[in-house]
Formats: sequence, C-alpha cells, structure tokens
Amino acid sequence: MSGAAVEYEPVIGLEIHVQLRTRTKMFCGCELSFGDEPNVHTCPRCLGLPGTLPVVNAQAVHYGIMIGLALGCEIAPRSQFHRKNYFYPDLPKGYQISQYDVPICGPGKLGEVRIHRVHLEEDAAKLVHVGESGRIHGADRSVVDFNRGGTPLAEIVTEPDLHSADEAREWLNLLRTTLRAIGVSDVNMEEGSLRCDANVSVRPLGSDQLGTKTELKNMNSFRFLAQGVKAEIERQTALLRAGEQVQQETLHFDPASGRLTPLRSKEQAHDYRYFPEPDLVPLVVTEAMLERARAELPELPADRAARLERDLGLSGERARELAFRPELGDFYEAALAAGGPQLDAVALANWIPPLVERIGSDADPAGSRVSPSALAALVALVSSRAVSQTAARDVLTLMVQSGDQPATIVEREGLGAIGGDDSGLAQVVAAAIAADPDAAEKVRDGNMKAVGPLVGYVMRETKGRADGGEITRLIREQLGL
Amino acid sequence: MVAMLERETVDHVARLARLALSDAETDVMAVELSKILDHIEAIRTLDLDGVEPTSHVIDVVNALRADVPHHSLPRELALASAPDPVDGGFGVPSPGASAQ
Amino acid sequence: MSDALLNLTAAAAAAAIRAGELDPAELFELYRERAAADSLNAFSWLCDGAPDAGFDRSTPLAGVPLGVKDLFCTAGIPTQSGSRILEGYRPPYTATVVERLYAAGATLLGKTHQDEFAMGSSNENCAFGPVLNPWDRTRVPGGSSGGSAAAVAAGLVPWALGTDTGGSIRQPASFCGIVGLKPTYGSCSRYGMIAFASSLDQAGPLTRDVSDSALLFSHMVGQDANDSTSLAFPEPVRMPARRELSGVRLGVPEELLSADSGIDQGVRESFEQTLSLARGLGAVVSPCRLPHAPHALSAYYIVAPAEASANLARFDGVRYGLRVPGNGDLESMYSATRAAGFGPEVKRRIMLGTYALSSGYYDAYYGTALRVRTRIAQDFQRAFEQFDFIVTPTAPGTAFELGAKSSDPLAMYLNDFCTVPMSLAGIPAISIPAGLSEGLPVGFQLAGPAFSENRLLDAAFALEQAIGFDGSPARAGGRA
Ligand SMILES: [Mg+2]
Ligand SMILES: [Zn+2]
Repeated sequence: MSGAAVEYEPVIGLEIHVQLRTRTKMFCGCELSFGDEPNVHTCPRCLGLPGTLPVVNAQAVHYGIMIGLALGCEIAPRSQFHRKNYFYPDLPKGYQISQYDVPICGPGKLGEVRIHRVHLEEDAAKLVHVGESGRIHGADRSVVDFNRGGTPLAEIVTEPDLHSADEAREWLNLLRTTLRAIGVSDVNMEEGSLRCDANVSVRPLGSDQLGTKTELKNMNSFRFLAQGVKAEIERQTALLRAGEQVQQETLHFDPASGRLTPLRSKEQAHDYRYFPEPDLVPLVVTEAMLERARAELPELPADRAARLERDLGLSGERARELAFRPELGDFYEAALAAGGPQLDAVALANWIPPLVERIGSDADPAGSRVSPSALAALVALVSSRAVSQTAARDVLTLMVQSGDQPATIVEREGLGAIGGDDSGLAQVVAAAIAADPDAAEKVRDGNMKAVGPLVGYVMRETKGRADGGEITRLIREQLGL
Repeated sequence: MVAMLERETVDHVARLARLALSDAETDVMAVELSKILDHIEAIRTLDLDGVEPTSHVIDVVNALRADVPHHSLPRELALASAPDPVDGGFGVPSPGASAQ
Repeated sequence: MSDALLNLTAAAAAAAIRAGELDPAELFELYRERAAADSLNAFSWLCDGAPDAGFDRSTPLAGVPLGVKDLFCTAGIPTQSGSRILEGYRPPYTATVVERLYAAGATLLGKTHQDEFAMGSSNENCAFGPVLNPWDRTRVPGGSSGGSAAAVAAGLVPWALGTDTGGSIRQPASFCGIVGLKPTYGSCSRYGMIAFASSLDQAGPLTRDVSDSALLFSHMVGQDANDSTSLAFPEPVRMPARRELSGVRLGVPEELLSADSGIDQGVRESFEQTLSLARGLGAVVSPCRLPHAPHALSAYYIVAPAEASANLARFDGVRYGLRVPGNGDLESMYSATRAAGFGPEVKRRIMLGTYALSSGYYDAYYGTALRVRTRIAQDFQRAFEQFDFIVTPTAPGTAFELGAKSSDPLAMYLNDFCTVPMSLAGIPAISIPAGLSEGLPVGFQLAGPAFSENRLLDAAFALEQAIGFDGSPARAGGRA
C-alpha cells in the first residue's frame, strides 16, 4: 500500500421510538395527552402503585402489526413482554415493560434499509428539571409528570445499512412518511412522538468489518439528526486518521450547541436483568388480527412511488416527491383523474412543484384555491399550446391568488399563446435576427447555444406568450437551417 | 460448595438493587447468600436438556384490553401519598446532581 | 349467648342472619370487641364501629365480618404489607377480591399482620412486631398470613383472607389449627394484592372449617379484566357434602416424606393416622413419585426472589411511602430509603433475586429454575394420571418457638418443603387440621389438578368430618 490517505466509510443504524396514536396508554386506560397540566392523566396503574397490574392495549398491538406489515417484517406468531429493570424517577415501577428476545415483528425492509426488529413497550414519564440552570447537569431538583408515562411505543431498530448523514435523514423521512400514511402515529419529532437514536461507526472503505460504534441520543429533529451524525462521523474519522481508537460510548446531542457530549460511564453501567413479565401472558397474533391489519393498510408511500414511476412514467425523484408527501400525491392523482386520459401525466407532475412553491412549501394543495381540475385544465392548455410554458406560470400565480379557472385568466389577461400561424410571431423573430446578427451568424454556423439571446428577445417582446419550441423552429426556418 | 460470594459482588448487587448496606451488613449478606446459593446449587446438576422454561403456569394468551379511556385519578389523590409534592408533580433529587 | 355466637362458623352465621335469626350488628360487635382486645398482634388496623352503610341481610355473606391480610389494597384504609416502607400508606383503590367479597355482603372488620411483603414463614418478619400463636403464645403462628390465621383460630374474626406464594396460607393454617386453601393460580384476581412473586401469588381463604373455605372461595373466584393472568373458573364452586372417600386414590409422594425431608415424628404420626382414617372412608392410599419435588424449594428460592426483586423496585421514595434523603442526591435517596424501609429478610431476597437475574447468572439460576419448574409441573401431571390427590403433611413441624429459626434463613425456608411444589405447578392445595402433636395443631395437605377445587373441598370435607378436630382451645386462648 502506498501512503495515500485511507478513505473511510460511515456505517449507521437507527433506533426509532414511535409513540402510537392510541386513545389510551399501553397498559392502562388513561387518555394520551400532550401539553396538559402535569399529572392529570394518571391512575394507580401508570403511577406504579402497589398491587396494580398491566393490561395490554389491543389497539397498540394492532398498530404494532400494521407497522410490521408496512415495513415488510415477519410477524412473530407468539411474542412476549419482559421487564427491563433499572431505577429512574421517570420509571414508576422500577422496570419498563418491553419486548426482549421475542419481539412482535422480526426482520423486514423499508427502501434500501433492512429492519432488524420492531417491538412494543411503554414510554417513560417526563422529568422537568428545576434548578438554577434548568438543565440536567447542575439542577438540584426535578419534578416528575406521569401524563406521558405509559404511552404506547413501537421501537424500530434498523440494521447498520446507512452510510451518510443525508442518507439517514432521507431514510428517516421515508419511515416517517410511511408511519404517517398508515396512521399509527403523529410522527412529530418536535413533540417527541418520533424519537431517533443513531449508532454510528466508521470503517476503512471496502472493509466488511464494523468499527467501534457510539450511540447518539436525543436528536429531536431531522436537522439535528443530520447534524449530530455528520459531526460524529467527522469526529470518528479524525480519530482514526490520527491513529487513535474510537471509544464505545453513549453521546448526548445538545441541540443548543450542536455538540455531542458523552454520558458519564457510571450511568452506562447497566445490567437490565431482563426476565419474562409474569403479569402478562404471551401475545399470539392470529390470522384474524393479521387480516384486520392488512385490510387497514393504505398503499404505502414506497409502493406509490414505484407505481407512479412504473405506470405513469414519472422520474423516480418526482414520484418520491409526490408519494412521500401523501397530500401532494393525492392532489396529483385527483388532478390526473379530473384531466381525463388525454392529460400528460408527466407534464402534470412537473406542475406540482411550481404549485407548492406558490402556496407555501408545507401547505396542503387541497386547502389552496386551486382545484385539482383547474390545475389539470392549465396543463391541458399548455399541452395544446394555447398557453406557453412561461405564460402558464403567471396564470398559475393568478389561479393561486384568485381561485379562477385558467381559461378565464388567460382570456382576461390576454395571455393566450402567439402561435406560428400568427403573422406577428414571425415578424418578431425576424426583428430578433436583425437586432443580433452576431448570434444569428453563430447559429447559422451550427452553434445552437447561441439561439438563447434570440429566443430571449422574442420572449421579451411577446411577454412570454410565445412557445419556446415554436420560436426556435421559426428562427431555424428563417435562417434557412 | 459454591465459593463464598466476594464482597465486590455483594456490593455490585446491592448497588443494582439500590440498597445501602453497611460494611457489617455486607459481610453478613455475603455469608447468608452463599449458604442459600450453596443449597440451591443442586438444581444445576439436573439434566434439563430440551426442557422448556415455564414462566407462566396458566395456558392463556392475548389478554387484551379495548382502547377505551377510563377516568384518571384527581391530581390531589395521585399526589396524596407523595413524599415531596411540588407544582402538581412528584419532587425528586435531580438525576444529574448525583455526582458526589 | 356470645359463646354460642362465637361457635357459629361464618357460613352458619350468614345462614342465621339471612333467616332473620341473628342480628348482623350483634355478630359484628361481638367480633369487633374481641378483635379490639387482640393481644396476639393479629390486626394491623381495626374498624372503629359497624359500617355506616349498615348490613345487607339479603346478600350471600349477610354482613359477616371479614379479616383481610394487610397486603390487599383497601381504599382509604392503611395497607402496609407488613413493611416500614409503606407505613401509613392508604391506597386510592381496593383489590378486586376484596371488592367481590364486599359485593357479596362481607364486612371488613380489620386488616391483619403478615410477614413483610409476604416473605416469611413465622410472621417474625413483620415490621410491626410478630404475631403470636393462640395455641401457645410463645410460638409463631406461621407465615406469611400469620395475622389472618391467628385471628381466625383465636375467634377474633370468623374468617379471613390470606395469600399464598409458597405456602403462606397453608403453613399458618397448619400452625394455627384452621383450614387454608391455596386455589389454582389464576382463579382469583391478583389485582390490588401487593405483589411478592407474581407468577406464584394467589389469594385464598383462611377459615375455621372446609365449608367456610368453600363459601368464601366461591365469592372470590372469577376472571378479572384487571388481571391478565386470571381465568374464568370452569364451574360453580359448590358447598362440600361428601362423607366418604370410596375409590378416591391418594398418592403419598415418597420424595417429600423421605428420611431427610426433616419431617417431625409427631407430624409423621398424625399424617399416618389421617391416612388410616382416609382408608376407613374408602380411599386407596399408595406411594407415588414426584421425582423433582425435592428440588422445588431451590427453584422457588430463585424464581420468587427474582420476581420480588423487580416487584419491590417501585418502592423508591418517589410516589408514596417512606423517603429517606440520604446525602440528598438521587442515588443515595434511593439506597437510603430502601435500606431504612425494608427489613432484613426482604433485603436478603431482593439481593438473592437481583443476583440470580444479573448478567452472567441468568441462565445458571433463573433459567434453570424455570426448567425445574416445568419438570415439577410434569411430575404432578403424571401423578394425577394415577391419583386423584397428592397428600402430604402441610409443614415439616408444628408451630415453633418465637426466635427459634430467625437467625437461620435456610432453616426457615425449609418450612415450605411440602407446600412449594404445588405453588410452582400452580395447582390447588388445602391444609386441614389433622389433630394435635404435643398440644399443637398439625396440618394435612391435599393437592389436586388445576381447577379441581370442588373435588378437593369435597375430599377435605369428608376427612374433616372423620377427624373431628376441635379448635376451641385456640379461641379460648385467643382472648385477652
Ligand atoms: Mg426502548
Ligand atoms: Zn393510568
């Protein structure tokens, strides 16, 4: 080997905790809440009072099965709950009821990432730190709020199949979209209903062995996930380059500083003493339960993207754009239906981003003043060359503002296309050639790039109403090409 | 005879169990636990190959609850036995402040 | 008059009240006065008068007073499970079994003392002082349901609730000369019972006779949506009526009666006499094999402490119960609270259970114990192919002197030698008084297959009639 720098490849696996959108908690009938007064949604069970026993929420199991099916997982015919023992004030029983050696869902795959397992468990309560700094370190007293304690969670664990921070972020978006589409969770990272930890390691490119990994906790937004993972990859790569070792440790991401700080090793000295939860009986997923879950699954975003690409000829990127934001996909497909079989599906898809740009990037087009059929009508006008591409953009702006039909706007604003049979356009083209003989000469010599200034001249003169293709055709014609 | 449990083992287990033991208690515990473990040791010599573990003696599966809310406790009642009620919550020494 | 009243069994008293021949208030007051004069330390809490709601004569239990072991949660009433860590604790809800008995017309007279968190066989592990045996006040009543057993034997309450994890109903029943039934695991709800070992704990009646046991049990059973491990009892619980045992096959497990099983001579003699009586009633008595039963104690002393170590983790000074600040930080608050709140036996079992589950030891201890448990259950299944019931002495000895075994945990554990196998298998077993040995009661245990309680109570009833045990000396001794 030469002294050339070794290339390093990051290896990333994710562990995602998803709060399930049930009405009640995992093991008691207290209602789920967000943002209520502390400790108003508690009962003897979720406070861990002596003598209480857990009873499994059937809907949480149902959602667990739906997640498994959506992620292509094997559903375990028989699974079990265990106790995970540790002391912490947010854990009222001194153990968390979770699944251990036999989770409800085994191996699966979403996109290019293999799923290791999905299991059900209960969420911890919320600890509010009161003290001078308001942060964990330095606070002298904390207050426990058990409203969140016992919320049903699905923990999704991936295989280490991701290789960059951006890939991780993109895949997490696919996962979130999928979970949202199947309706099992609000998947809101800011509110904590989707929480992601990452296991990060780095290895020499081409190696098939895994390096020492660190565990990154508490990255509570997509941006922080990408930031944290990127920072950790850089840190580990720098260590290896310097000939040093990566320490196996848990790192806490501080969103304020964007920094990763190690948790003290004492806190990591865990021995969870898992054993089968004697208060609960095994979970046996019956054919009827599977059937019900299958019946409730909508088309999954990844499947929709594949269908749009395959059946309608959309580019992969455009298809994912529409499928991963179901509201866009829905609007698109409604417009497609409204436009009838003549409508160009690819052309229509290309009009969704300009629409989104005009209504606000997070807005749902269904809530805008533009109806699916109006968008379809606009695309039809463009396809029939009644309106040029450029003019159509102005028409769309006016549609978003007024909610009027595109034909009405074209008529009112005089934005109809100037076509080749219209003597006016040929004259404007002639004027363009006369105004820029240098460009005309270059085009005549075969340099088609030089056609730009000529087309630009015509566009300016016609206020965008002429069709670009038609202008080019006329230029070539008049130059004798 | 199982070897006497090491003091370090007893200390480690006591920490896992969050039990403060004095030195004298630790010594006594080491002796007593060793005696009990010694008695228990016999079962480790049994031939249990292929025997399934029994964690439940009853043959029941899927004891599930419908996802229907019940009335939660009034907060005063939830906090009635709390050693340190603060601001509608349960006061505890902060986990981060346990450095000493 | 009061002696005549006192001699009524609970079932007879309930029948008399329903027939209009007895005033429930009078009965209640009789027992309340006796319990208030309790000098056995049987009660941890006593009601201060008849219930405000009065007595409903039309209910099956017609207001007959009930003692309840302290580990059953009773809303607004102290529930301490014999532990300093729960001193003064009043839960906001009531255990299902207690609710069911209230609904059937039982009236709570008081809560009874027990070994701390039901860990013990003598009641000396109660944080609030030991309970005394009414047959001999220098002796223990057995445990852990010792307060309930002593109170029933002494006539301080007609009947009482206990719980049995490895023998905690049967052994005190044996020591106090009363009847104790440990039902099939899952037949009575555990909701509201402060857990010791979840896969073993069962509620059951402590009564003067077998009929009372059947009556109380009949109002306790049933599936409970609050307890996932509870089951519907497959048939109505009947009042026992059988007077003979013709054709009933009784198996005597050699392994539990071997020379090194530690069974006293007096207990052996009493056991043999009872077997003769059974033969006289037509029973066929023969030896049977339970090859793994001698290992039950070892498996039990892994499984029960392991589960207990987790069940008792909730006592952390955060939401209820004792808090000791320690050095003021969280770690030391936890450790100081638990060190001050738990007694030595509870600490021992938490340590044992934590050790058995801890990393590196799980398979060697907990995993092995669960496999032994499977073997023990299989042994019983096989035995019940040939026998209707397995019979043994309930405990290896009679009530021992206070303090006699408290310095040797292992010697104390050996008390459960004959009761623990049934607990691990989850099958029902009943202890009935078989007679006296040197003036102290001896218990006789019958165990049957899961849900065989009706047949078990029938057989116990037939034997009880033949034995004709007189428990009245304890009632006299129980008076202050
Ligand atoms: Mg988890
Ligand atoms: Zn609750």
